[in-house]
This record gives sequence, C-alpha cells and structure tokens, in this order.
Amino acid sequence: MRGASQAKWVVAAVAVALAATACGSNGGSSSGSNGGGAVNAQGTFSYQSTEPQNPLQPANAMEVGGGRIIKTLFKGLVDYDPTNGELRNQVADKIETTDAQNYTVTLKSGWTFHDGTPVTAKSFVDAWNWSANVKNNQINSDWFSDIQGYTDVHPDEGDPKATTMSGLKVVDDTHFTIALNGPVSYFEYKLGYTAFSPLPEVFFTDPAKYGQSPIGNGPYKFVSWEHNKAVTVAAYDKYAGVDKPKNAGIVFKNYSQAEGAYKDLVSDNLDVLDQVDPSDLASYKSDLGDRAVDQAQGAIQSISFSLYADDWKPANLSKVRQGLSMAIDRDTITKTVLNGSRQPANSWVAPGAMGYKDNTCGEYCTYNPEKAKQLITEGGGVPGNKITVLYNADGGHKEWVDAVCNSIRQATGVECVGDPKPDFKSSRDLIKNKKVDGLMRTGWVQDYPLNANFLRDVYGTGAAANDAGYSSPEFDKLAAEADKATSVKDTADLYQKAEEQLAKDMPAIPLWYYKTTAGYSNNVQNVKYDSFGDPVFTQVEVKQK
Amino acid sequence: MGRYVARRLLQMIPVFLGTVTIIFFMTRMLPGDPAAAMWGDKAADPAQLAAFKHQMGLDVSKWQQYLNYMGDLFTGDFGTTMGGRKVTDVIGEAFPVTIQLALLAFAFELVVGVAIGLFAGLRRGKAFDKSTLVLTLLLISIPVPVLGFIFQNVFAIQLGWVKPTVQAQHMTFDQLILPAVVLGSISLAYVARLTRTSIAENLKADYMRTAVAKGLPRRKVIGTHLLRNSMIPVVTFLGTDLGALMGGAIVTEGIFNVQGVGNALYHAIGRSEGATVSGFVVVLVLVFLFASLLVDLLYAVLDPRIRYA
Repeated sequence: MRGASQAKWVVAAVAVALAATACGSNGGSSSGSNGGGAVNAQGTFSYQSTEPQNPLQPANAMEVGGGRIIKTLFKGLVDYDPTNGELRNQVADKIETTDAQNYTVTLKSGWTFHDGTPVTAKSFVDAWNWSANVKNNQINSDWFSDIQGYTDVHPDEGDPKATTMSGLKVVDDTHFTIALNGPVSYFEYKLGYTAFSPLPEVFFTDPAKYGQSPIGNGPYKFVSWEHNKAVTVAAYDKYAGVDKPKNAGIVFKNYSQAEGAYKDLVSDNLDVLDQVDPSDLASYKSDLGDRAVDQAQGAIQSISFSLYADDWKPANLSKVRQGLSMAIDRDTITKTVLNGSRQPANSWVAPGAMGYKDNTCGEYCTYNPEKAKQLITEGGGVPGNKITVLYNADGGHKEWVDAVCNSIRQATGVECVGDPKPDFKSSRDLIKNKKVDGLMRTGWVQDYPLNANFLRDVYGTGAAANDAGYSSPEFDKLAAEADKATSVKDTADLYQKAEEQLAKDMPAIPLWYYKTTAGYSNNVQNVKYDSFGDPVFTQVEVKQK
Repeated sequence: MGRYVARRLLQMIPVFLGTVTIIFFMTRMLPGDPAAAMWGDKAADPAQLAAFKHQMGLDVSKWQQYLNYMGDLFTGDFGTTMGGRKVTDVIGEAFPVTIQLALLAFAFELVVGVAIGLFAGLRRGKAFDKSTLVLTLLLISIPVPVLGFIFQNVFAIQLGWVKPTVQAQHMTFDQLILPAVVLGSISLAYVARLTRTSIAENLKADYMRTAVAKGLPRRKVIGTHLLRNSMIPVVTFLGTDLGALMGGAIVTEGIFNVQGVGNALYHAIGRSEGATVSGFVVVLVLVFLFASLLVDLLYAVLDPRIRYA
C-alpha cells in the first residue's frame, strides 16, 4: 500500500482540485534538480496531445489523441502493469476458463462510474453489444469478433439481425460469462484494450451527446473538452483501482506540431511531452538533462516484400530476402540518420511484450556484406537486380529509406531506390489493395503487449495487417497450436516457435524498434512511460511550488 | 455607385458557384480513402467501413454527392467532419482566432510599412532610404519558418519576454504579437517598398508643385496631397493581402501553435476531409470577393478622378 497516504490526500483535495484544474499548471517558475521535491497532491499538469478525431466513446478511439484520454477516463476488467507489461486485474476479481473458449468473469464490488452508479456485469455486456453493432459505427467494433454471435450484430453485409451477442450472458450483478467462437488463449490480454471498457446506463440514452462529455469509471473524470484547445480531466476520488492518481488532474493540450510543444516544455509552459520532434532529437538530452526520457516502445519498423507480385512469388527466394536483410547496417543508420531514436531490431516482436525473445532473427539481422552477397547469389539473385521501397513521403521516412537503400547498394551492388507516395493514405491504399511491386515500409504498433499480437495479426494467412501477403502453412499451424494453449504463458512460448519460421522465410525485414524519446518540465517528477509510449499518468507527481 | 456595387455583387454569384464546384471536386479527387484513413495504420474492418461510408454519404457517386452538398449548402448546412462534428462549428472556432491574428498582422504591416515607406520616399537616396531598401530585401528573402524559429528562440526561449506558443486555452494579446510580426513581416517589406516608390514618384508631380507654390503647410502637402495619391498601389496590395491573411497561415500557425484557419485546413487536407476543406474555402471565397470589392471602392475615395457608374 505504498502511496496510500498520498491517495488520501488526493481524496481530500479533489474538491479544491476541480477548481484548480481550470487554471492549468503553467507559469511555474520552480527550478533546481529533479529528485524528490515536496509533492503537491492538488497539483495538475499538462500533457502534449492532439485533438481527438472522434467522440470520446471507448470503442471509437484508434488514434492516440482520443485513445490516451479514454485510457484515463475508463478502466476495464484488466489492464497491463506499466512496469512489466503483465496483466493485472482491475474491475475483474477473477476471470476463469478451462478451455480458453468459455470464460466466467467475477467482478469486484465497489467500482462506480463518475456519476455515482455502480459498475455491474450489465455495464460490460451492454457496452460490448453496443460497440460491436455495425450500425453504431465504432472504429474498433471488430475487436469483439472473437465473441459468439458477433456476426449477428456485425454481419459482413446488410443490417444486423440482433442487438445482442449470444456469447455474452449476465449471471448476476457481479458475474457474467463470455463464450468465444473458438479457443483464444490470450483473450484475457485483449480485454485490457479500452474497447472492452464498461459503459454507464446514461450512455445509451444519447451516445452522441455522451461522446462530448463522457462518464467513465477510470482514475480520472471528465471536466471539459474545448475543441482544438484542450481536454481537461480531474482525479476521481472514488476510484477503486490499484493505480490511484498521485496528482489532481491532467490538461491534454492540443499541439499541431511537436516543435511547438518542445519549445513550451523547455520554457516550462508544458509539463509532459509525448515525443521529441526530429529536429530537436540531437540536443534534447543536453537541453533537459535528467528530465530526458529514452526508453523502448512496443512498436517495430520493417520493410515487407510484396510476396504476391510476380517478382517475389517464386518460393525459392527466401535466401535473397535474408541476404538483403544482412546488407542493412542497422547500427549505423539508427545512430546517425535516426539520431538514436530507434533501437536496431533482431526479432519480429518488440521488447517489452510478453513472449519477446532476443535475437530470433539471428545472423540474418546482423550486418555482413560478404554473407549478404553470397546468400543473394545462392538464391538466384534479386529479380532484375533492382528493388524499390515504397513509403509515404509525409511521415519523415525519406531519410532512413534512402540510408537503407544506400546500405544495400554498397553492400551487394543491388540497385535500390525509394518509391515515395505523397501521403499516408495513398501509400496505404496501394499496400492494402496488394498493388505494390517490390518492397514497402511496414510497421506495427502493439495493440496489447503480447508476442501473438506481433505475429498472428501481421503474418497469419489472411490477417488484416498481413501486408506482405505472406502465407506459410508451417507458421499457420504453429500459430493455431499456440492459440489452443490454455494459459497465456504457454501461448507466448508456442508463438516463439512460430516466430522461428519467419527467420526461415523472411517475409519482412525487421529494421528497428521504436523508442519513447520524451521529457518533462521542472514542475513535475516521477514521470515514467509504459511500453505503449504513454506516460503513466496516475504516477506523475506535481512539485510543490 | 449603387449600380456598380449591385453589379459587382451579382458577378460574385457565378464566381462563387464556380470556385465551390472546383474545390468540391478537387478535394474529392485527393488520393486515398478518407473513411479508411480513420483506421490509421491498421486495416479497416470492411463491414464497418461500408457502414461508415453510408452514414457519411460517401457510398454514392461523386455527382450525387455534389448535388447533395450544394443542396445542403444553400440551407446553411456545411456537412460534418469525419468525427461527426458540424463543419460550421469547426469554422466558427477557427475564424475568430485567425481574424485576431490577421488584424494584428495587418495593422502592423500597414502602420509600420507605410511609415517607413513615407520617410524613405521623402529622403530618397539618403542613408535611411538605402538601409530600408537593403533591410526589406533581406526580409523578403528570409523564409517564414526561419524567421519564426529565430524569433521564437530569441524572444521566448532566451529572453523569456513572451511564451513560445499561443496558449489556446488562455489566449492573451501578448502571445499573438510574435506570430503577428512574423506573419506581417514579408508584407511589411512590400508595403514599405511600394509606398517608397510611389511617394518618390509623386513628389515630382505637377499637383505637388502647385500645392507647395500655394504656400500650403508641409504637413498638409504631404498628408492630404502626397500620401493620399500615393496610396493606390499600396491599397491594391493590402486588399489582396487581407484576404490572404484571413485564409490563415499554415506555416506560422504551425510554428506558434495557433489553432486558426491555417491549422484547421492543414489537418483537414491531411485527412482528405472534403466537407471541412470545402466549408473553409466557401467562407474564404466570400472573404476574398468582398475584400476585392472593398479595394475597388476605396480607389474612388482615394482618387476623386476615379468614378464608378
């Protein structure tokens, strides 16, 4: 119960804090080093954010602007411990299953929504039924596709046949059951995603209006949404979770460019940064000193082969692909071109995810021009002795694509050029419709910190994000076995076997893992980031002025 | 005069309809699917995507969309953003911010620019005139982002006189000074140069000699006769510039985090949100049309020889 006394302070201070949040926390003039100053439990802090694109409904936030705010306002059955990515119970007391297909959920009592109504089994079941319904236009509606009866509320075409999924049954106020279409051993991990949050009864009276002033059950309650300016939340005094806020509230300030946010942070007009902009990466550590943050994130950058195109269709080209991977000098590129903002990758799963295994790619992800040339020759050479790498020109990818191409050209003599498309949408259209002829920039940001998410959802046959069009019976077989395991731990272990198949086939070349390069102002301390790259909002301490 | 204004107003109708039509099709022809872009890096669920497109009215032909849009437009309905907000709300939030910034920048370039141009023109060939020519040339040749970053670093970070960006929640007048100066600086250089040349030329005009010969006080000669007659090219420039300022400044608004028209348009274009882009452009077309009408009417005020019938 570390921090219990502080939690009491928070409880006592909320009345005052509500008024204080409106004032924000800028204009601070405190200085000095950053260790262990007196903490102001009534203090609020500001965070670099962007305008949420959609109404604030839990299953309707895919972009970070709205997603982070939702994360502070709602709490589901489980969440991920920010220190190690492991699953921990929040509203759930226990989630039991014997076959990884039928689950019985027991809720803790004492959880309430911000309007005072209790969180019950019905709050979850109603919320999921509503969010999955195709008519309600929730961006994350397909997250519920594992549940029995999903196709009734979310048919491929036409109007839904039902408003409830048959797989969800309320037993009593604190119990409900979930039946899935088949065994999904890591379903519990999925439950940590915000789409599975409960909703209060008031939501269903007017979902659109609710989306402008949401009422959740999370550590913070909604205060205001000034469009294009800021979203303000305040600590919720009756929050029943294990992560009680150590501050009184957050102001999510809207920044259209990261440069401006960085300037505000340096001058203490902003407290916590999302990400340092590229132009300040070289100097941010000296600017911020021990307030600079540099930490691995659950996201990976790779280049995939268009395995469906004529050039790359032949089955025996895996040696050529491995050779190309070995021709990329990841260490030098991440250090120079990317200013140390990425970490060279040697596997297809980012560190920090459960089931991550170091160096599954092995020598194929180690720079070795001699071996690269040899493998490419053995494999019969690159088709046409030329490759192109498709990328979107609006995302700051040009520099590293050119560097990767240079590396390949110098190491192997294979002609390599970048193929920029004007923006993300147009490049995405080509990739999605499988119209790429050559290589393409691909990346994956974890939905939940488990290796299955990096593997099955990206390399499984027909998976939505399988941009390479990779289809390996071996991989699919191993993945299916892993999905049948009865514990998350076994699943993770079995997926490591499936990952080995990727090293053999090399459908995509892993390049590097993303890192959280951020920082915080002189007004706050104890700022930690989780593997999603989000600050652990509840743990931020505002310093006494 | 009345007939002239009426005729100009009538001419605005085809111009307005034409630009709105062109912009509508241009924004709808942007590559990429704005609905699928809501899913970002992830692939959209096909059933949800179809339902979403249906709700947004994107599942019918472009011509049908155009007819629907124009029909709604004349009832004052500008459509909704992809996130379901009314475009009129978005416009209503962005324009007040940009108008404040534009007026401040406009006042800055008008007052300072005309003053510099007047002094330089009166003292043609002297040190002040020559340094004006050099400095304005320098100002014109510096790209806006460079100027913005230099000002931000010097005045906000190093000297700490102002905040580096505009604090949208608590916007105050002093926060707008820096972006307004950056925004107005290039136009200021043009205004100063135009005024200077015009003044220097008109100094030699016959009516000036007559005014001086009549024995009028110098203040009156310069204020009433010289300055007023020299303002026509400057007013032409300022008129179009006011329209441009109202259109928002994507670069300057980006640097100083001003949540105005420029930023809103930038994000809307980035997301291919046709309805939002068209909405803003509809308002901007009106601003431009009225600004140019105003300029033409001002000619008559400045130069009595110009008459409209």
